[in-house]
Amino acid sequence: MSAQTLYDKLWNSHVVRQEADGTALIYIDRQLVHEVTSPQAFEGLKLAHRKPWRTASMLATPDHNVPTKNLGGGIKDPISRLQVETLDANCAEFGIVEFKRGDARQGVVHVMGPEQGATLPGMTVVCGDSHTSTHGAFAALAHGIGTSEVEHVMATQCLVAKKSKAMLIKVEGVLGRGVTAKDIALAVIGRMGTAGGTGYAIEFAGSAIRGLSMEGRMTLCNMAIEAGARAGMIAADDTTFAYIKGRPYAPQGDNWDKAVAYWKTLHSDEGAAFDAVVELDATIIRPQVTWGTSPEMVTDIDGSVPDPASAPDAVKRGDWERALAYMGLTANTPMTEIKIDKVFIGSCTNGRIEDMRAAAAVAKGKKVAANVKLAMVVPGSGLVKAQAEQEGLDKIFVEAGFEWRDPGCSMCLAMNDDRLEPGERCASTSNRNFEGRQGQGGRTHLVSPEMAAAAAIAGHFVDVSKL
Amino acid sequence: MRKFTLLDGLVVPLDRANVDTDAIIPKQFLKSIKRSGFGPNAFDEWRYLDHGEPGQDCSKRPSNPDFVLNQSRYQGAQVLLARENFGCGSSREHAPWALEDYGFRVIIAPSFADIFFNNCFKNGLLPIKLDADKVDALFKAVESNVGYKLKVDLEQQTIALPDGTAYKFDVDAHRKHCLLNGLDDIGLTLEHVGDIKAFEAKHRGAQPWLYA
Ligand code: SF4
Repeated sequence: MSAQTLYDKLWNSHVVRQEADGTALIYIDRQLVHEVTSPQAFEGLKLAHRKPWRTASMLATPDHNVPTKNLGGGIKDPISRLQVETLDANCAEFGIVEFKRGDARQGVVHVMGPEQGATLPGMTVVCGDSHTSTHGAFAALAHGIGTSEVEHVMATQCLVAKKSKAMLIKVEGVLGRGVTAKDIALAVIGRMGTAGGTGYAIEFAGSAIRGLSMEGRMTLCNMAIEAGARAGMIAADDTTFAYIKGRPYAPQGDNWDKAVAYWKTLHSDEGAAFDAVVELDATIIRPQVTWGTSPEMVTDIDGSVPDPASAPDAVKRGDWERALAYMGLTANTPMTEIKIDKVFIGSCTNGRIEDMRAAAAVAKGKKVAANVKLAMVVPGSGLVKAQAEQEGLDKIFVEAGFEWRDPGCSMCLAMNDDRLEPGERCASTSNRNFEGRQGQGGRTHLVSPEMAAAAAIAGHFVDVSKL
Repeated sequence: MRKFTLLDGLVVPLDRANVDTDAIIPKQFLKSIKRSGFGPNAFDEWRYLDHGEPGQDCSKRPSNPDFVLNQSRYQGAQVLLARENFGCGSSREHAPWALEDYGFRVIIAPSFADIFFNNCFKNGLLPIKLDADKVDALFKAVESNVGYKLKVDLEQQTIALPDGTAYKFDVDAHRKHCLLNGLDDIGLTLEHVGDIKAFEAKHRGAQPWLYA
């Protein structure tokens, strides 16, 4: 057989049937469920008198609507509450395992799944959420899907799909001090643009990627969607196996050895052909900060807000002008002179234990600057929270003046009470800086957890590599 | 999904171009956890004189007597006669959900927004593109004849007018098959249950830990 890419292997091993025009039925191994995109799907099933095909493949948790304060207090907003209660009721009715609010295992769906060992190499993983690409870090084929498709997968265990083109992004070299997976992600998007990956499944490879922890790999694959790709993935290796071993849903005993033997084949073969290849030198990537209203509007911390007059074309000039007006920024302002009002450390991009540790290391023994109204740390799951507390990270944050919250999506998209007020500027470890994403009129700058913590302490962006 | 074969339905004329998905179902209703029940809020801003919010009893709200859907002669209409670019705006499936829930089965217009057109077929609605002059003639006929009905035959791809005229219309063969048989994507996929089960058995043998 000719050399195959990792994507070829994952795709080929899940094709149930394929039409002449390439439309295929792809078998789905794992479906993650949350409260926002599932209610209509469950209702559709019930109206059609259908049952989920394989409930054991499903795992649910509420995340988007849950408050991150006052855990015992219930959910005040009646519409949010109903969405969460509807998830509870649907999971109970169909016998789907759900980690409810208050359960230590509850959390952002893309933190919860891998943490449970529920995302395994070689799997197809779907969820009604675009950041499902996160799970590709485990050499899985992971897609975000719409509500009709959620129902389709529930009812048939399959997804109707067409194969994408394959792109290889190779990052070689050793990352500099203070440079993280988040900075690789932002640097890649800055270079390719948010549509650069459209129509592709991206495989990240190279020594810099192999050097990342699983948390870092998840951060990177999480943001593949921001580059326009539906899926991102990374070959399985010892780092992958070590992360999975012993987790609740991980294979046990004999199955473990069999699984690892198979997982070791989950990489692109020597000489496998990609439709596009992008190469990056890890050694020159600097800590990144976005300045605009799209993740591609990003620059090095040593950089400045760009001048629309220097935009490559008229369309871009218009985009940049609108972005600067929305962000309340003046061209040529050095990034380090931009003052912030709020800090958000969390989300499915950077809400894992390693992110908590990295931010705490920067915050330790320091104080949040007086001009920062609120600096919040929101662990990605109850287990991340518990682990951080065991390591004393919560105390470091609280002593420095951060708020230590309960797990959830929180101010990543401001569907609960955590949000920016109009005009407020935020250093955020999340993945989208769209207009209004963190609250109407709110201004988001995407950064790594280290950069966010450093900005909280300084009151403005600083070069974390020089601290 | 509901089948569509034959319909002899009352027609209501909505004489505006570029009716967008926000007009079909305003955004405050998207917070709903349901995909049914949007019917009372279809065209909410045009249909009622007050501002609509989810969860209201719409029968108690002041209705707008000038809006065509509220006129007694059009109650029970199943065919919506519309103008150019019907359904433009967002990709939300809530728009066809609302129209279907209201009771429409057929929408006739000179042109439709692309995504909306696709979404209709997924939700048991038959959108029909007809030449602008024919649509015009239908508008005139509906307005001057109370109780004006059209017979829509999907199998034959014809619309029969009360005066005996028949118009042919086009429909993609695959979509026609799905609508005639009430097959949504799920229904279609379930025609391959055997393939899925066979795949699952093989997959379970190769990767038993996925089923442990
Ligand atoms: S943390 Fe943000 S991006 Fe991730 S699932 Fe929640 S809302 Fe979506």
